[in-house]
Amino acid sequence: MSNIPHLLVHDHEDNVGVVVVEGLTAGTEMFCCVTHDNSTFTLTAGADVPIGHKIALKDLKAGDTAIKYGEDIGKIIADIPKGAHVHTHNCKTKRW
Amino acid sequence: MASKYSNITFMGYRRENGRVGVRNHVIILPVDDISNAACEAVANNVKGTMALPHAYGRLQFGEDLETHFRTMIGTGANPNVHSVVVIGIEPEWTKRIADGIRTTGKEVAEFSIEQKGDFETIRAASWAAKDFVHKATEVQREECSISELWVSTKCGESDTTTGLGSCPTVGNMYDKLLPEGITGFFGETSEITGAEHICQKRAINEEVGERWYKMWKAYQDEVIFAHQTDDLSDSQPTKGNILGGLTTIEEKALGNLEKIGRTSQYIDILDPAEQPTSGAGLYFMDSSSAAAECVTLMAAGGAVIHTFPTGQGNVVGNPIVPVIKITANPRTVRTMGEHVDLDVSGILRRDQTIEEAGDALIEMIRRTANGRHTAAEALGHREFSMTKLYRSA
Repeated sequence: MSNIPHLLVHDHEDNVGVVVVEGLTAGTEMFCCVTHDNSTFTLTAGADVPIGHKIALKDLKAGDTAIKYGEDIGKIIADIPKGAHVHTHNCKTKRW
Repeated sequence: MASKYSNITFMGYRRENGRVGVRNHVIILPVDDISNAACEAVANNVKGTMALPHAYGRLQFGEDLETHFRTMIGTGANPNVHSVVVIGIEPEWTKRIADGIRTTGKEVAEFSIEQKGDFETIRAASWAAKDFVHKATEVQREECSISELWVSTKCGESDTTTGLGSCPTVGNMYDKLLPEGITGFFGETSEITGAEHICQKRAINEEVGERWYKMWKAYQDEVIFAHQTDDLSDSQPTKGNILGGLTTIEEKALGNLEKIGRTSQYIDILDPAEQPTSGAGLYFMDSSSAAAECVTLMAAGGAVIHTFPTGQGNVVGNPIVPVIKITANPRTVRTMGEHVDLDVSGILRRDQTIEEAGDALIEMIRRTANGRHTAAEALGHREFSMTKLYRSA
């Protein structure tokens, strides 16, 4: 089981990753994989996060830019500790 | 240069104009909303035909009317259609659509209801439809090259798994088959917002890229910002996208663009429902991001197979074009398996590569072209939705 990732990250520049398993619970030592080159790392989940939702790969501050696919996907609007859930409550589009 | 994809063939229907279809429908096409009932009655009388009811076609004008005509004519002209019975309330627009379809060389019969009524129209149209069914059922499939396929794509009920798995699968298919000479379509103008800088760069040259940007910007200014009443964060991404973990339009757009792969470039831009004239290659069609509208427009543009990546699980189909559903989300495979044609959830487990998933999609396209019914066909999903640009007169 250990080689099935809990979290996938598109790119090394990204500061968020995507949960790819169902029923992830807080405290899980996540096996993480960067799809760009299949490199791996571990990270502790800070919350119960549903499949498909994002987790912060490092501490993020309000005003920071969320990076995924190596690109700007919006602004962080509340401080987010490493391992916590990143979604509409703490991240917002820069477009509208 | 020959690749392992060059020799792929399938059994298709070669039409009078040389295009190849993968289905052999006889359709009963209403010009307008009030002719739906007559079309449905004909389809009920004559088995093996299909009526395509829709909501519009009266008192439209200008570019909105042109889009309606292009959609109607393009649908009838699609090589998945053997022959067409066109029924409208009055003769002139009916004739315009019938004549537009006739330029392909296929058989078209037209009927108008005014001064005859439904009964007389249905009687006459049923005779024509029955004749077409006899002819259609004698047409044989013949061996065709993969290069003769026109394949469209649009994703729906996207989530973060579409950007990781199902969209890159479609992109990998295009990277492999566009060099073989297929014609491809992508679009969803509003959904590129957030990745427009990347999309512009994927044009074959600067001139096409600039035209693409002007088209995208016009949509932003004339539609989005002209009609915006509040923050659009709940519409794009949709509520379903947000439930699936997508947070912003930028994130959604970047996932969406994975559908054109790593190397594919678009060679031209099409108006909604416009048929390409610049030869084989990838086209961007200015189109709605709503699933049924977009697939309807691309079918009218001439696509004969649609590839549809989904995350949270979309159920859309089309009356004349088989829609292949692809998902990488294991929960959707479990909860909505009846709608899934290709499960690529192995990508998330890292036991399937994008390369392998792309090959699996090409194989599913080949089987679908040969006649395998998609999930949407088996489940009777025949969504036929007109794109309306503005209010009718």
